[in-house]
Amino acid sequence: MEHPFEVSYLRWIVLLPLLGAVVNGILGATLQKRFGKNAISLIACSVVGVAFLCAVAAFLHILRLGPEHRFLLDTLVAPWIHIGDLKVDIAFWVDPLSAVMILIVTGIGGLIHVYSIGYMHDDESYWRFFTFLNLFTAAMLTLVLGDNLLLLFVGWEGVGLCSYALIGFWYKEHANTTAGNKAFIVNRIGDAGFTLGIFTIFWGLNSAGHGTTPVFRELVPVAHYLQTVSVWGIPAATLAALFLFIGATGKSAQIPLYVWLPDAMAGPTPVSALIHAATMVTAGVYMMARMHFVFSLAPVAMNVVATVGALTAIFAATIGLAQNDIKRVLAYSTVSQLGYMVLGVGVGAYAAAIFHLLTHAFFKACLFLGSGSVIHAMGGEQDMRKMGGLREKMPYTFMTFFISTLAIAGLPPLSGFFSKDEILWKTFSGGHPFLWLLGFAGAGMTAFYMFRQVFMTFFGESRADHHTQHHLHESPPVMTYPLIILATGAVLAGFLGVPAALGGSNRFEQWLEPVLVGGHGHAAHVTEHAVESLEYLLMIASVGIAVAGILLAYQMYYRKTLSPEVFSSAGGGAFYDLVYNKYYIDEIYQATFVRGTLALCWLGANFDLYVIDYLVNGAARLTAFIAWLNGWFDNLVIDGLVNAIADGIFAIGNRLRQIQTGSINVYLYVIVGAVAAAQFLPRLSSEMLMPVLIAVVIALAVVGVLALLSARRPLWRPPILRGDAPEPH
Amino acid sequence: MSIALLDIGLRHFLLVSLVVFALGLYCVLTRKNAIGILMGVELILNSANINYIAFSHFSSGRYDGQIFAIFVIMLAAAEAVIGLAIVLGIYQNFATIDVEATDNLQG
Repeated sequence: MEHPFEVSYLRWIVLLPLLGAVVNGILGATLQKRFGKNAISLIACSVVGVAFLCAVAAFLHILRLGPEHRFLLDTLVAPWIHIGDLKVDIAFWVDPLSAVMILIVTGIGGLIHVYSIGYMHDDESYWRFFTFLNLFTAAMLTLVLGDNLLLLFVGWEGVGLCSYALIGFWYKEHANTTAGNKAFIVNRIGDAGFTLGIFTIFWGLNSAGHGTTPVFRELVPVAHYLQTVSVWGIPAATLAALFLFIGATGKSAQIPLYVWLPDAMAGPTPVSALIHAATMVTAGVYMMARMHFVFSLAPVAMNVVATVGALTAIFAATIGLAQNDIKRVLAYSTVSQLGYMVLGVGVGAYAAAIFHLLTHAFFKACLFLGSGSVIHAMGGEQDMRKMGGLREKMPYTFMTFFISTLAIAGLPPLSGFFSKDEILWKTFSGGHPFLWLLGFAGAGMTAFYMFRQVFMTFFGESRADHHTQHHLHESPPVMTYPLIILATGAVLAGFLGVPAALGGSNRFEQWLEPVLVGGHGHAAHVTEHAVESLEYLLMIASVGIAVAGILLAYQMYYRKTLSPEVFSSAGGGAFYDLVYNKYYIDEIYQATFVRGTLALCWLGANFDLYVIDYLVNGAARLTAFIAWLNGWFDNLVIDGLVNAIADGIFAIGNRLRQIQTGSINVYLYVIVGAVAAAQFLPRLSSEMLMPVLIAVVIALAVVGVLALLSARRPLWRPPILRGDAPEPH
Repeated sequence: MSIALLDIGLRHFLLVSLVVFALGLYCVLTRKNAIGILMGVELILNSANINYIAFSHFSSGRYDGQIFAIFVIMLAAAEAVIGLAIVLGIYQNFATIDVEATDNLQG
């Protein structure tokens, strides 16, 4: 781990799909018009194909290295954030965990790209679809390849954005855009938790005096210092783990934030397969496995995670029992299976969780694509009650769908058996028998609702209308081949992780072990004889309940010897109503959070409208009034004074000008008089000087006042106010 | 001495000067003819000259009074030139030199 291999091709795994998205995003409309839709899909699929090859190369590369050195790094991509001690670069790494993830994302993602060529063929916005598909792939690869928390978060947000864009892909229908909004908003709540988790880690490590680094491999050795810091008595490790888990509940659709996933089925089916089954929703599980060193420090948080996972598993499974929409059943099934993965993380069985993630990616992608194939053939019909008897019409779709159903139901030796059983066993052996019971019951329900779906869709008489029946057809090879490959994977993937109890060596767990050192799932690794026999017992039990579920579905929906009424009418039908209506969770959320938010908005708007606006308008009116007062004062008083002075001076001047006679004789008389007076004044005694001067001034003043009073114009004239001025004609 | 008999002193000169001044003043104040006014001004100036010379003769015995009188004569000549030029200008504009008629500067 100390000296990782530096390789520069890792960046292309991310950059190529990004390039495809950019090319198709900018030139897509033109390309589609000029060269046809094949040009678009050629670009989109080839970039993912090359990225897959790079991923395989990386995988083979680390396979050749020793278990402790399986680690590739591509640090030369770009510097990003360098602030003080904090150094975050856009750097990618591959370790056994991310190797698995990139193979899933590029491999299964690539197959779904190919499938979309057929599925989306009649869509006008073909190029937009592939742009977002590529962008999603790039974001998801950033998420799993990023060597630090911040880059992971960038990918995390990127997949959320693409998910939103693709759920609302057919945006002309209001319901689709609403579903997109719902997914985005619910995910934002989780994201807020995730960011708080990142902050807590930063803060905790900084407070403990160990700097701030978001880089995973640097976090691992210092993470335990998070226990030394606490907030309100809660260790920072627990707090961080819980916050990160909130992020995971959003992205990985756990209680209470799972509500967006069933609605996300509004998007095109390949999107449901790629984003809402195989890859994006596993981001939460991946993130928790990646941050296992934080979770392992927080047993309390682990218990919360395990409990939420198990509850989600059974809760979603019960809802799945009563749904009639083919994609909605699969959606609740996905929520349920994600619950299993989170349960695995919660009991410390990170490897088992990732293993289930892998197998689930195969069979759930296959199931979704199969359902897409069915919907395609049925002309857009999604209600299973209007299907039936598709087995002969669509042999490939049926076979692959059936195999994947067997796999998800957990029948040996298909992949779902190994991975789900691994989680259940680790749960039981980790000391959580009650959670095991929940998962165990959920497994039975899974088998039941999945076979219910198979029987309703592919067996029996067709319940479609005549027109639809006439057009029924198997999908083109471009759609069926991916199905066949995925079904093969669903069969074979399980053999990667055959547990020791069945003579295998659980190579998958060994593969991930160098990454996940420190998880306390190793308790179960020590297989004593007595424990081993218990493991056999549990395996037989879970196979048994799966078979029981299948048989029940067989009786009800194939043989029809047993009416579903038996269940639906139990307890006066109350339970059925509850499940059928998804426990009214959406309605409860609508009534509380959505209405609450809207009410708050309404309050805010009205406060704004009536109080703030009133104040603002009041201030404006007050200002206008003061300005009016000012104007009035200015016009009347200031202008009046100015005019009065001007008029006064004018009047004085008017009078005084009459002194100027223009007659030279008069001037001469004045000159003579003044000279005579000048002769006279110095001769006055000093006592007399003052009174004489005062008399002269008074005489002048009297003359002035008389002049003013006899002015030809009034001294004060009313001010000319604006608006009073006569209209110019 | 005939001069001594007559006993003509400063007082007599001043008296003559006063008479000339009064005549000049009267002339200035009463004439309607602009040239008449100018002639009155000449009389006033000459009465001042008489005073200068008389005071010069009867007091210091030096000649600064006489020199001043010559200055005044020269000044009066210049003044007469300008005054007559103004009168000519008035005549050109008003076709009269009656000062009563030229009251354009009346306010």
